[in-house]
Amino acid sequence: MTQQAVRWTADQVLALAPDAASRKAGSKLGAAGPWSEAGSTEEGTVWGLCRGSGSKPYQTVIDIADSTGPAYKCSCPSRKFPCKHALGLLLLWAGADGAVPSGQAPDWAAQWLEGRRRRAEGRSAAGGGSGASSPGDPEAARRRAERRAERITAGATELEQRLADLLRGGLASAERAGYGLWEETAARMVDAQAPGLAARVRELGAIPSSGPGWPVRLLEECALLHLLDQGWLRRERLPDGLAATVRSRVGLPGSADGPPVRDRWLVLAQYDTADARLTTRRIWLYGAESGRTALLLSYGAAGRAPELALPVGLAFEAELSAYPGAGQLRAALGERFTPPAPAAIRPTGLTTPEAAARYGEALRADPWLDSYPVTLERVVPAPDGDAWQLADVEGESALPLSPSSRSRPDLWRLVALSGGAPVTVFGECGHHGFTPLTAWPQGEGEAVPLC
Amino acid sequence: MNTTSASTDAPVGGSWEELVTVALLGTERRTPPGQRPGQQAPVALLDAAAVETVRRRAGIRPARAAARPEPAAPDPRTTLPPAAARRLATLLADRPGTGGGRRGAAPDLMELLPQWLSLANARGFAAPPQTLPALLDAARGRTDLRPAALTFAGPRALWLARLNPEWRFALRASPGGGAALPDPEEAGHVQQLWQEGLFAERVALLAAVRAKDPSAARELLVATWTTERAEDRLMFLDSLRSGLCAEDEPFLERALADRSRNVRATAAELLSALPGSALAARMAARAVSCVAVDRTRPAPVIVVEAPHECDASMERDGVVPKPPAGRGERSWWLGQLVEAASLGTWRERLGGRSPEEMVALPVADGWQAELHAAWCRAAVRQRDPGWSRALLGTPSAPEAGGPGAVSLAERAKLLATLGAGERAEWVAGFIGTHGLSEAFQLLGVCAVPWAGSLGRAVVDALDIARDAGNYPWSFSGVMGLAERCLDPAEAARLDGLTSVPDESENAVPGAGGYWAEAFQRLVTTLRLRATMSAELTTP
Repeated sequence: MTQQAVRWTADQVLALAPDAASRKAGSKLGAAGPWSEAGSTEEGTVWGLCRGSGSKPYQTVIDIADSTGPAYKCSCPSRKFPCKHALGLLLLWAGADGAVPSGQAPDWAAQWLEGRRRRAEGRSAAGGGSGASSPGDPEAARRRAERRAERITAGATELEQRLADLLRGGLASAERAGYGLWEETAARMVDAQAPGLAARVRELGAIPSSGPGWPVRLLEECALLHLLDQGWLRRERLPDGLAATVRSRVGLPGSADGPPVRDRWLVLAQYDTADARLTTRRIWLYGAESGRTALLLSYGAAGRAPELALPVGLAFEAELSAYPGAGQLRAALGERFTPPAPAAIRPTGLTTPEAAARYGEALRADPWLDSYPVTLERVVPAPDGDAWQLADVEGESALPLSPSSRSRPDLWRLVALSGGAPVTVFGECGHHGFTPLTAWPQGEGEAVPLC
Repeated sequence: MNTTSASTDAPVGGSWEELVTVALLGTERRTPPGQRPGQQAPVALLDAAAVETVRRRAGIRPARAAARPEPAAPDPRTTLPPAAARRLATLLADRPGTGGGRRGAAPDLMELLPQWLSLANARGFAAPPQTLPALLDAARGRTDLRPAALTFAGPRALWLARLNPEWRFALRASPGGGAALPDPEEAGHVQQLWQEGLFAERVALLAAVRAKDPSAARELLVATWTTERAEDRLMFLDSLRSGLCAEDEPFLERALADRSRNVRATAAELLSALPGSALAARMAARAVSCVAVDRTRPAPVIVVEAPHECDASMERDGVVPKPPAGRGERSWWLGQLVEAASLGTWRERLGGRSPEEMVALPVADGWQAELHAAWCRAAVRQRDPGWSRALLGTPSAPEAGGPGAVSLAERAKLLATLGAGERAEWVAGFIGTHGLSEAFQLLGVCAVPWAGSLGRAVVDALDIARDAGNYPWSFSGVMGLAERCLDPAEAARLDGLTSVPDESENAVPGAGGYWAEAFQRLVTTLRLRATMSAELTTP
């Protein structure tokens, strides 16, 4: 925390924006114009006054050095987080044009910081106690868990019946049945408290209208859903790791109780997916010492960005604890020891056959995996008809890009970065193909986010 | 990669295709393979399909590599400093059409992109490869950005454009469709491309050769002139406009007899821009016979006797016989003669007077507008600063502000023939007397950044406009120009204007706040430009 905070790049600042509108509004404020009395400390506190439409300027202060991630405080009424003023101020600071000189924090900023530090100390002092504090009566909790398991079992049995009915009549009839059938079944799975099953069922409904080859995809997904049902119904007979995987796939919450692993974690990629209810943020990390790849998940309500944001290409010292389950990469972020700072670390890479084999091996532990994170080394993006692939610079092998990544504008950033020369690419490799997420140029050069 | 390459081994419960067929038709109609006794048919099918799905996914092999693209040509220019690279990303992220609304005091970043690009080009920096897609998209949307953006984007952008149809414009816009032009020194290659190349390639080649060696380009053109199509001849002839010299005259003189009227007109126009040419002398002889000083009157007066006919020889020299609608044919012919006549001939004809004295002479019978307008066109075409100065007059003259004989558009063109310093002084004087309402076009031809006196004149005029109780958006055009063209060093002098003044008596309500905001934006933009420029220096 006392380490001098390195100024971020504009890209890294903009990655904090909760949505495109904030990014735009923040960019506009990233110029000296509306700001006054801006300043920063070497520890990584940035503050300033932003003239808005009212008579009183907004007071904006950001603490980027805090080991729990950047914290923002702004007197504006916006409910976006961070608000455009915080983004603009960070951009101004990142621009390094001397608009945010080093200095002593004014009283209003210092007070807030003081309060934060005190609370943080209080938390860490109480840290041992809060973890051990029991959520009520253990006996009652056990009974609740049992009741839920019974409901899920009933749901899984019902789902098995529905799948059997479907295959008795033939998939061709599923095309006619349309979306409604699946929506209703998904709702039944929500009632059965099995959100994992519900999500899979909902996806089944979209397959018949997904274009040529849909019967193959529908059969695959039905079969994997059947496999998951069977896994749940016979979970007592499964090895512990696989049983934990089944539980998490069905949708039971786990707790990250793995031993904490301290490492220097490089932020490989960060991207959001959103549906009507929830924004899910995935952050891939790479441990410089352990060579491990880990996934952090964070959630935000619909239309709001999840709070955790880590700029791609930066590295920080922290402890990570794994969630249970065989082949699961998900982890929870524990204590952070340093703020994110630029680092020259790059993940070690594989050839395309090795990457494909890595996904195959991962399926052994978790047959429901759609993809597995890998880094490809010395690959060249090459056009292949209408599609694109990443071809090994030596040899005859290549991984096709997944259909979803083909249509994204970021594909062209990857192609431009390569210019026909080999690059290092981190992404998700699976049965849909390879989805590039971050790339590094040949030789020296910063990570270029592709999502 | 998933399906085809994986399932060559013998499957456990029947082939995958068989399972799909059974699933499509339903187990009521088909029995799934590998059904155990006592097991329900759909369950047997799902079991087999699950095994097969995971087996197929686990057995994924890479695909065969397609042809890898040829690597892009190396870009030898200096890598952009990190701060400048970040600045570029911010400028490119500020795309129009996303949002909108009032700018407030924030600078208009998109408008700074052209300046950033020209600075980066002048200092020889290479574009970071990952910014190329955004650069190409920006250039696609704004044609005015294209030349600078494509120069900055460099060889890799052309390499990219060949892969993405949306960026085809880059190949059209750059010489030779992106193919490397032969070095103009390599005569063999040049000849071959000139003889066999596509039209666009040949135009680009001619321009490139002309830039290095004007005579060589002309000789190239002469060799194939008679075999070219009329439209092509016109384009090729037009490319002689740059580097026009007296040696071009014989060729242009021959082109006056061309079959195509447009080619003849262009040849005549080029010849008249050569003051020493025979055509200019012929036109001068004709023009001179129409204009004279009448010494019989008490004070000397210019009298004009417009030509009575447009004969074949005039037509051959490029005079267009038919006037546009609403103009008399005699004044139309006169205008063309005076415009093409070498300006040097008037001194002798009009009694050894200087341009200033000739412009000051009264003109009889209402011919002044016609004569002065033709002189203006001649001064612009022949790039004659002496005459331009005379025709512009003193900027503080009362008629300079009004729609006199010389329009604002013509003044702007005349100014362009003067040196940068003189131009700035004249416009500064003009603004000092007439204010900003007419100044926009004139400011557009001044060199950037504006000279000190010009910048001060603009700022003072803006300050006066504020005190006079206007709203700032009446001056948004000049304000925008000032943001882009004022010397960043002036920012310090503007600080006093950025505060909200107390409302004075004659001010429009609320205007003070808007003016303060506009001046704040001006100051911010100037500071930003200074920073941009500082970032674009190698440490």
